[in-house]
Amino acid sequence: MPLIPKTDGGSIHWTLLREKIIEILIYISGFSAIIFVFSIFAFIFKEASGFVFSHETDWSFFFFNAAWQPLPEESATYGAFSMIIGTISVTLVAMLIAVPFGLGLAVLVSEFCSPKIKETLKIVIELLAAIPSVVWGFVGLKLMNYVLVNFFGAQVGSNLFNGGIVLALMSLPIIVSIAEDAFKAVPDSYREAAEALGATKWQVVYKVLFPAAKNGLLAAVLLGVGRAVGETMAVLMCTGHNLNNPFSSEFPFLNIFDPIRTLTASIAAELGEAPRGSEHWQALFALGLLLFAIIFVINLTADLVVRGIKQEES
Amino acid sequence: MDNSSPTPTQDSPAQSDSIALETRDLSLWYGDFQALFNVTVEIKHGIITGLIGPSGCGKTTLLRCFNRVNERYGYVTTTGEMRVLDKNIYDEDVNILELRKSVGMVFQRPNPLPISIYDNVIFGMRVHADKGQYKKADYDEAVEVALKEVFLWDDVKDMLKKKATGLQLEQQQKLCIARLLPLKPKVILMDEPCSALDAEGTEAIEDLMSNLRGKYTMVIVTHNMAQARRASDECLFMLMGKLIEHGDTSQLFLNPKEKDTENYVEGRYG
Repeated sequence: MPLIPKTDGGSIHWTLLREKIIEILIYISGFSAIIFVFSIFAFIFKEASGFVFSHETDWSFFFFNAAWQPLPEESATYGAFSMIIGTISVTLVAMLIAVPFGLGLAVLVSEFCSPKIKETLKIVIELLAAIPSVVWGFVGLKLMNYVLVNFFGAQVGSNLFNGGIVLALMSLPIIVSIAEDAFKAVPDSYREAAEALGATKWQVVYKVLFPAAKNGLLAAVLLGVGRAVGETMAVLMCTGHNLNNPFSSEFPFLNIFDPIRTLTASIAAELGEAPRGSEHWQALFALGLLLFAIIFVINLTADLVVRGIKQEES
Repeated sequence: MDNSSPTPTQDSPAQSDSIALETRDLSLWYGDFQALFNVTVEIKHGIITGLIGPSGCGKTTLLRCFNRVNERYGYVTTTGEMRVLDKNIYDEDVNILELRKSVGMVFQRPNPLPISIYDNVIFGMRVHADKGQYKKADYDEAVEVALKEVFLWDDVKDMLKKKATGLQLEQQQKLCIARLLPLKPKVILMDEPCSALDAEGTEAIEDLMSNLRGKYTMVIVTHNMAQARRASDECLFMLMGKLIEHGDTSQLFLNPKEKDTENYVEGRYG
């Protein structure tokens, strides 16, 4: 029998062709991700370009004036200040709640609890991530509204604090899972060294693990911020959707029971009403461009920080 | 290797008669696996005791018992008695943190903490200090004394704020010894402290050990029999979780009582 059995040429040809086709399909699915990202960016940019490149657009007005009045069209003004402040304030409140809880949970899961509790906690935390944002919106609108008005004495239930709590719960899963990874990446020899010197478990956590994992923890917080900035439906439903600046120069400096309005919510609420291609439409896309830029910078920073960890380890 | 020279037994310090570490019928299980079988041993104060034996014989396990660092793994069970400076460390009233303060440990791979050199040296002090117990001057002094004692001061005195993990391995290991000293331990346990180091680094650590000899009771696990001969005063030979022989290093190597010991030190297995 010959070493390589003879087959008819056609069948070999077919096998090679099939390999080639599969290879091309894999390439297409890989590159499509890149193509999609760039085409989305191009689309937003194109729609916003009328506003961005118009001579009439006053950028200091756009960034620093609170007057967002798309109607009547003849005298429309587009000042995004309130929405920028709204996004910043709700993200700030969400992070003030989510960061301590998230890092605390990550410490508990990775260092303190038994494997059984750990598995349960991880599943529950992942379930938080599986709740659709509109359902979070319900929770804010119905449950939190009631609680804030009846137990905290808020004038309006849909406000900054309401949105902040809901956003905190929504960004908790990503903070916990990235922070837990960061703690897991700390070599056990560090823990052992500190414990052999007589450190308590808590001393090991804050004197050894926090400094050792600080880059990963920073990335966790940044990704949480990115999640909070980009969230739309829940904040639209919970924050009262009212152009307002909750910061004040007097104590307590931030009125957490003020209603606010965010960049994302404005786009979602108004895009349906804006005539296609109108100045209003273009201004909304300019908001989108701004959001895109903010989230891009946050995610890029987080990515670079995580890369920084990997290089240090190798 | 040049091991014909006499071991340093003759000039061992006077206090070497008192007992620093003592076990009675010590057995240990990792889950269902028994790693130590009724080990009974007395380790003298102020000298260097080597722990030798083939891989998996339980020498590291025994070493890790002396400051109960074994218990980091939840599945360890121990029976028998283990006395450190005449106190049974498995008694209810033993404070494990205080025990670890007086029984320091150096690991196989240098494991300085990912903080500055300075902070590494005083880590133990800070951990055990009451609020406001030490001033900065106390820390400064402790750092200088400890680093001088391990011959590291001249190398690092200008870079105390640098991260310790950036040092060379040999320096890292010296630092790991130095950070035990401010706690004024009675016993220093070393688990193959030179296995990650080259010949020069090994020599430096051995020099350092002989410098510390007399001040501390040292127990060193080693795979390197030449090192055991050079650096230790007494030796324990272990096999399959049992203590086979304990004696002066020179006697154990030149004139072992047990057949197993003889076979091991002559390199017939292990």
